[in-house]
Amino acid sequence: MNKIPNRQAICDVLMEQAKEDKNIVVLCSDSRGSASLAPFAKAFPEQFIEMGIAEQNLVSVAAGLAKCGKKPFAASPASFVSTRSYEQAKVDCAYSNTNVTLIGISGGVSYGALGMSHHSAQDIAAMAAIPNMRVYLPSDRFQTAKLVRALLQDEKPSYIRVGRNPVEDIYTEEDCPFIMDKATTVAKGADVLIVACGEMVRPAVDAANLLKEQGIGATVLDMYCVKPLDKEGILKAAEKVKAVVTVEEHAPFGGLGAMVSQVIGASCPKKVVNLALPDTPVITGTSGEVFDYYGLNAQGIAKTVKEILQ
Amino acid sequence: MENLKALSYDLRKNVVDMIVEGKGGHIGGDMSVIDTLVALYFRVMNISPENQDDPDRDLFVMSKGHCVEALYAVLAAKGFFPIEEVIEKFSKFGSQYIGHPNNKLPGIEMNSGSLGHGLPVSVGMALAGKMDHRDYRVYTVMGDGELAEGSVWEGAMAASHYKLDNLCATVDRNRLQISGNTEDVMAHDDLHERFRSFGWHVIDVKNGNDIDQLVAAYEEAKTIKGKPSVVIANTVKGCGSAVMEDKAGWHHKVPGAEEYEQIIKDFAERKEAL
Repeated sequence: MNKIPNRQAICDVLMEQAKEDKNIVVLCSDSRGSASLAPFAKAFPEQFIEMGIAEQNLVSVAAGLAKCGKKPFAASPASFVSTRSYEQAKVDCAYSNTNVTLIGISGGVSYGALGMSHHSAQDIAAMAAIPNMRVYLPSDRFQTAKLVRALLQDEKPSYIRVGRNPVEDIYTEEDCPFIMDKATTVAKGADVLIVACGEMVRPAVDAANLLKEQGIGATVLDMYCVKPLDKEGILKAAEKVKAVVTVEEHAPFGGLGAMVSQVIGASCPKKVVNLALPDTPVITGTSGEVFDYYGLNAQGIAKTVKEILQ
Repeated sequence: MENLKALSYDLRKNVVDMIVEGKGGHIGGDMSVIDTLVALYFRVMNISPENQDDPDRDLFVMSKGHCVEALYAVLAAKGFFPIEEVIEKFSKFGSQYIGHPNNKLPGIEMNSGSLGHGLPVSVGMALAGKMDHRDYRVYTVMGDGELAEGSVWEGAMAASHYKLDNLCATVDRNRLQISGNTEDVMAHDDLHERFRSFGWHVIDVKNGNDIDQLVAAYEEAKTIKGKPSVVIANTVKGCGSAVMEDKAGWHHKVPGAEEYEQIIKDFAERKEAL
């Protein structure tokens, strides 16, 4: 089992790149520990800015730095950076078109029993609704690293959501296919298409393996690029299957499922079922317990697939 | 400086023309803040169309973005775009001269409109200047009603924490906001003490519509080391014509034909009396 959470993968890439690129700046809101960015702060004190517990200021300051040529990465719990500083993301990052990367750490229900104040089950919907804001939910540490390197190559605003806990690898160091803003096909099968993002890619792949044992073929798309959504990839994969299932650690509205459904409905009509968190504060528990309870695991996904194929 | 005072009345007329043509605009605040903008752009800041891409230029963020008409008039006078085009197109369908600052236009660094953003963004710009050892200064102008936004004080806290003496904020203290007197809506009479307690150097400008006094304040701010400065400019909302002066109803209003005649006449008389 992999022990490295995606947030640490972000820190590793930033540390590697910051040596050469003095314009890389990391900002935290008393969150360097939870963001796994304490090593960066220690190694590059001149390129690290502590903003205190003030998320609105965190995001606006990042935008001001970007305006002056810096490449800021502002990291704060996803629950706060996606909503407390929503307007700063909208106006100062997206509308002013500044090169800010917002990193929502401990996303989704990572904080488990801490409750709904600390859950970010609406960040995809919120951020994706802002013109000129991109939304990424990488699935594992290798993809996270490739994504951060790719984001360092452009000058547009973006939001990355990662979870708190290590997730099992999808890829390997040697084999991690990555094309910016194109989904990665992680399993191939002819009966059903499963589109997942972030930490839900692992159970989607596991579900495909379970289904295979039962003679059902599933294609799995790792849609780390929720916005811009890889519409072409979805339509190509959806063309020949009988139905589509989407899986996300997010509220049932305005997230990956809604976006995939729009594409399928407009261009390739067929049954789409969205698996997501419920429209209610989730049950108390660890994120794993929460996923199991709501069927956001391999068994739950496989069960849904079988039901809709019947 | 007399020329600049005369200029500020000419620019006031451009603002009123813009608002009449565009059928809307924040005329009262435009009139209170325009002298601050004239002082900054014509006497204080190192910024012009020629150096607008120079990384060492001074930076300005119009935090009270609703007074964009005054900013347009001043930027046009600096040569960033033709004033005739602004007056003709302001707020019209498809226009790039929107009712709040937009950085697709030359001379505008950041988009604004939602209040309480300018100071935090300016903190980021000032931090970048410190990190890169550049000599530029960062200026932002806020309204007094705007100071009720919590994000202003997040920015104020960070500016003094990081000793941003390259940052100078201005409060356009016209004492009126859309609903009435600021002291009735949300009191700010202890403003000086508030900024001091946040670690700022405070400069009070008794007549914030007097360009000489404003320039002196900004020159003083340049000498302050180790902390940010705030210029509290005590201005008159609607300044320039008795038709509008000190009347909250002129926060956002288009003058009628008779009012227009009187306002333009008042501008001319005051310019004459300089």
